Amino acid sequence: MKAYLILEDGTVFTGSSIGSEREVISEIVFNTSMTGYLEVLTDPSYAGQAVVMTYPLIGNYGICQEDMESPAPWPEGYIVRELSQIPSNFRSQDTIQHFLKQYDIPGICGIDTRALTKRLRESGTMNGMITTKQYEDVSKVISRIQAYQVKGVVNRTSTKEKYVIPGSGKRVALLDLGAKRNIARSLQERGCQVTVYPAATKAEEIMSAEPDGIMLSNGPGDPAENVEIIREIRKLYQSEIPIFAICLGHQLMALATGASTYKLKYGHRGGNHPVKDLETGKVYISSQNHGYAVDGRSLDPDVAAPAFVNVNDGTNEGLSYIGKRIFTVQFHPEACPGPRDSGYLFDRFMKMMEVNH
Amino acid sequence: MPRNPEIKKVLVIGSGPIIIGQAAEFDYAGTQACRSLKEEGIQVVLLNSNPATIMTDKDIADQVYIEPLTAQIVEQLILKERPDSLLPTLGGQAGLNLAMELAESGFLEKNHVRLIGTTASTIKRAEDRLAFKEAMEKIGEPVAPSRVVENIADGIAFTNAIGYPVVLRPAYTLGGSGGGIARNQEELEEILGNGLRLSRVGQVLVERCIAGWKEIEYEVMRDSAGNVITVCNMENVDPVGIHTGDSIVVAPSQTLGDKEYQMLRTSALNIICELGITGGCNVQYALHPNSFEYCVIEVNPRVSRSSALASKATGYPIAKVAAKIALGYTLDEIKNGVTQKTYASFEPVLDYCVVKMPRLPFDKFIHAKRVLGTQMKATGEVMSICTNFEGALMKAIRSLEQHVDSLMSYDFTGFTDDELEIMLDKLDDRRIWVIAEALRRGMTYDRIHEITQIDIWFIHKLEVLVRMEERLRRAGEKALLGETAEKALTQEVLEKAKGMEFPDSVIARLTHIPQEKIKALRARYGIQAAFKMVDTCAAEFIAQTPYYYSVYGGENEAKGSGHRKKVLVLGSGPIRIGQGIEFDFCSVHSTWAFCREGFETIIVNNNPETVSTDFDIADRLYFEPLTPEDVENIVDVEKPDGAVVQFGGQTAIKLTKALIKMGVPILGTAAEDVDAAEDRERFDQILEQCHIPRPAGTTVYTAQEAKEAAAKLGYPVLVRPSYVLGGQGMQIAINDQDIDQFIGIINQIAQEHPILVDKYIMGKELEIDAICDGEDILIPGIMEHIERTGVHSGDSISVYPANNITESNVETMVDYTRKLAKALHVKGMINIQFIVEGENVYIIEVNPRASRTVPYISKVTGIPIVPLATQIICGKRISELGYTPGLQPKGEYWAIKMPVFSFEKIRGADINLGPEMKSTGECLGIGKTFHEALRKAFQGAGIKLPKYKNMIITVRDQDKEELIPIARRFAALGYKIFATRGTAKALNGAGVKAIPVRKLEQESPNLLDLVLGHEIDLIIDIPRQGAEHSHDGFIIRRNAIETGVNVLTSLDTAKALATSMENKAKSLTLVDIATVKVRNQDRASLS
Repeated sequence: MKAYLILEDGTVFTGSSIGSEREVISEIVFNTSMTGYLEVLTDPSYAGQAVVMTYPLIGNYGICQEDMESPAPWPEGYIVRELSQIPSNFRSQDTIQHFLKQYDIPGICGIDTRALTKRLRESGTMNGMITTKQYEDVSKVISRIQAYQVKGVVNRTSTKEKYVIPGSGKRVALLDLGAKRNIARSLQERGCQVTVYPAATKAEEIMSAEPDGIMLSNGPGDPAENVEIIREIRKLYQSEIPIFAICLGHQLMALATGASTYKLKYGHRGGNHPVKDLETGKVYISSQNHGYAVDGRSLDPDVAAPAFVNVNDGTNEGLSYIGKRIFTVQFHPEACPGPRDSGYLFDRFMKMMEVNH
Repeated sequence: MPRNPEIKKVLVIGSGPIIIGQAAEFDYAGTQACRSLKEEGIQVVLLNSNPATIMTDKDIADQVYIEPLTAQIVEQLILKERPDSLLPTLGGQAGLNLAMELAESGFLEKNHVRLIGTTASTIKRAEDRLAFKEAMEKIGEPVAPSRVVENIADGIAFTNAIGYPVVLRPAYTLGGSGGGIARNQEELEEILGNGLRLSRVGQVLVERCIAGWKEIEYEVMRDSAGNVITVCNMENVDPVGIHTGDSIVVAPSQTLGDKEYQMLRTSALNIICELGITGGCNVQYALHPNSFEYCVIEVNPRVSRSSALASKATGYPIAKVAAKIALGYTLDEIKNGVTQKTYASFEPVLDYCVVKMPRLPFDKFIHAKRVLGTQMKATGEVMSICTNFEGALMKAIRSLEQHVDSLMSYDFTGFTDDELEIMLDKLDDRRIWVIAEALRRGMTYDRIHEITQIDIWFIHKLEVLVRMEERLRRAGEKALLGETAEKALTQEVLEKAKGMEFPDSVIARLTHIPQEKIKALRARYGIQAAFKMVDTCAAEFIAQTPYYYSVYGGENEAKGSGHRKKVLVLGSGPIRIGQGIEFDFCSVHSTWAFCREGFETIIVNNNPETVSTDFDIADRLYFEPLTPEDVENIVDVEKPDGAVVQFGGQTAIKLTKALIKMGVPILGTAAEDVDAAEDRERFDQILEQCHIPRPAGTTVYTAQEAKEAAAKLGYPVLVRPSYVLGGQGMQIAINDQDIDQFIGIINQIAQEHPILVDKYIMGKELEIDAICDGEDILIPGIMEHIERTGVHSGDSISVYPANNITESNVETMVDYTRKLAKALHVKGMINIQFIVEGENVYIIEVNPRASRTVPYISKVTGIPIVPLATQIICGKRISELGYTPGLQPKGEYWAIKMPVFSFEKIRGADINLGPEMKSTGECLGIGKTFHEALRKAFQGAGIKLPKYKNMIITVRDQDKEELIPIARRFAALGYKIFATRGTAKALNGAGVKAIPVRKLEQESPNLLDLVLGHEIDLIIDIPRQGAEHSHDGFIIRRNAIETGVNVLTSLDTAKALATSMENKAKSLTLVDIATVKVRNQDRASLS
């Protein structure tokens, strides 16, 4: 069946329908990872967005459920050049075609994803509609497409109930803002007992459990929208508990301490971005997925100092908080998908929790 | 970290002659690195014995030495030039081994030369089997259980402990030379014995066999600050067990999930860090297909064939970055030349699929074993890019130029299912065609996978292509039933077929719709090729460097630009015997010259190993097959003002007619004149008009006609197809049976062109490369071949200047050249081969294009032939360019070009020289005297004699008289001569002491025992011409080659070798090519 991708600037791409045939409007973003399509699909940070894979051959190794980064896929839509007709991998349990259908994710394949990516690069992230309906007059739906906003996605993706992942070591409170599983797994591998809290949890509840450390997770959407969470994070900041934050968690901590965030033209999504650790001067290849960034100019030098910077465009990639056992990064040390080069940051967090104050 | 200011003068060592396992990729890497160093103001001293390379050009380095790659020469060079640093990682294994030898002997330290890039201890840890194993164990990286052995008994004992089969890898050899898989003790003894002999250090690694696992490679980079990145990973379609150089390779990996991908990526980065490599490195893995278990197969701490491929596949210039890292820069300081926005620390990502296919030489060695194994056999490779695997594979297939254009190009329909299964089990160069046939018969993916161990994903992709063939065939059935083309071949099917890169010609064949009609249908349906950019970043950033590939279905990104005149330069495709790196030299220099003339330049080529496919050579690069349809797609977008075909070898020449049809003017010699030189009858007419004699001959189509012609001419006759290169299919026939056999072989490949039968004249062979501007000619020099006629010019030792001919011979040749160039209206290059028999001069071949000798003759005469020819093509006159027309005065040096062979790599190939070219590369000896040049040439070719001073001679009766004085010279050099009975008798009769030995079939000790005794320096074996080669001779020659004994099959070569050995001068004088004077030009500038 034919499917159409209509961008808010009126561009129409015609391809074939994959997954669900329902119509969807969302923000369109691209990801340049060459592997890890299932991790991308199940990363809650994509809630509210349709994701374009720039690598043209998707689904080659099927679906390996243990690689899912959350219980379900989150993108509103999925855009690829070609889906593999047969999966080949010893762990594969399913095909991507079936997976998209099963979770009712609409998508389109057979389009020139490179042309689409270039458009997004040049015009910036746009909204778009994936539909199997042929609109005679596209202009009639443009205003609906333009009106779309990613909203309320943190609460949607966060866990509804607090739960505990057992461990015999440090006790870590993980505030789930739309967390990828490998954050908890990375802590668990280091012996931590991880208590996962819903995003709307009050700071007092977390602090009263007296964790050895707090982990703020990644998550979807515009960080500034999360006014209440930011207020709670401010309280966590004021406590003496060591904090490590990733992606949205990093942005929210910055917002909670007076800095500001802004929307990048088309974001960073992929597994090849170099970030520089300003303390050591070393460069690491990182896994990235963010549309917003902390504005380096808005930092109060008495509160936070840049700890990582993106080598390509100089945007902020991490902060260390003055006089606090708090450090935060914009990229994804938990990888999945992507390089594991910055996994050492979890060790740094472990060390931070060791130090007695 | 800024660059190290102490580095001011760097010695770069190249890789020497092209041999199997060490091809043009090192010229590409070396050239890029030298340019990168010069960009930093570093003085570059270059050493390479290969004159056909671009790196040995004075534009590329400051001091250029084309000298033998021996430790003695490097030492001498260091003392002469006093470089402060040596960059060892760009010259392949040959360059690395030399650097290591000097580092280990303490010479470098003593002379204050530092190794930059990577230290000697790092190289040792990566290259030395035991040290490497220890390093891997230290960081917990798994390697297959293995042990280094130095004798056969230890090998047997260890193998008994780990079990058969085992893989054997000799230390310090290239291309897996002497390696193999042993399944039983007999095989173990044979391969191990051979490997121990070939290894520089007498070590062979015996290893658990992991054949059948997935073979995955990572190209990684590290700087001195310890920053690491992955440039690219690659998956071999062929499992472990087939050398990666002979495998079909895809980038990035296709069947690895993120878990496997990252697991191996992390491992590769850990390894490069542990070894402390600064620069590029290649890590090869075996990955178990059904688990996460993996083994590190090997690490190459240098640029390699794989790194060249990775560079071209991603757009990331590994050699350039490696050179900058060697100077001290860190990855985050080096700008990405493609995007100008990102840095070298950005990992490239692909938004397309790359397929590499090896170019195997079985069309040259028709008797060789085609089975592929751990010993590399490919002479070159092609790469193609598409957004899908099917399309990339289809493009790669037709880029090979081996009469293949689809999965139907080899016919296996005559084999039974059982036979097919046997063929699937012993994979050879036709494996994908065998699999396609198995799929057509309905063999299951699982069964094919079970036999071949090729991943099902790839097998499925072949099935997709086979199904498309079927759909097109069905469309053809409809067309035959009278349906209109539009109805028979729907838009949907045509769109899909083109999306998988089915060429129009194949679609036409399957659908019975004329090709022109297919093209018209495509125009009607709007199915046109679009070009996409290779930008290292999957379109995330705007790229500045236009490097394109074609795809069907999508937006075109290649936009013709500017107001400058545009020229299309057609490259020469994969490196093969007969068409090597020389043509890349010519293409690149022509491109640069056109650029200087104000043209916008566009290169089309498909060889990832070459300089011409580097993204900053031409204004635009199209990485595409060199077929008429593919080129036409480019022409449609670029609309060039002209195309130049005379620098890309026969590949480009073959496109001439198609270009004319597209309306693209051929710059330089006109198409009809190119054709006149290639068309026998038209060419004969021209010769007649010019009163130029040629050996009598005629054209035929059948064996019967050939025999009639031969009877008229008298045997021996030369039989060859027209329109070929490197004498492919050319043979000397001495009787009717030979003719039957040769014509049979020639006709295995569909022949549109006739077969030539010529009288064979025995004489001296000479060669001229000339430039003609339509009126005047410029002849840089005359080259003389040491071997008499009958040995292909590419396999002959070539001497400049010619010195065994008379003044009148010279005058005649110059006169003929002038007449022919004018008659053919040559504008640009012409190459002519002559036979001189006394005062008679005959023409045997004319090529209206640059030939394989152009780079060498340019360098030794100091005359920049290709740039001059390009200026002529642009309309200049020879006299305007500062040259006096005619034959130029002899240069101040003798230069001898020596062919180099790769016979030890091709099992079953006969090594005797004949009219069909067999050498893979060449080296140069340059000296003030003939003797010095000759000695250097033999040294450069790796012939280091005397050693044991024992030799074997076996010649035909008619050669005995000529042999005697030669044998006497070897005896005088102290050689003990063994000879077969007849030869020994003749020698002893003439007073040359020779020890008779028994023939092969006789009891031991016989000839073969002598060869296998390993104390023989040299065999002179003159086989009988014609097809009926003696089986004995063949076995002797093969065994000699495989045990590293030098074999000469021509008395002329033997004579030259004796001459070079008689030269007792102790030291050699090194010649800086960059200072070779151009006498004529000096004169011009004086006047």
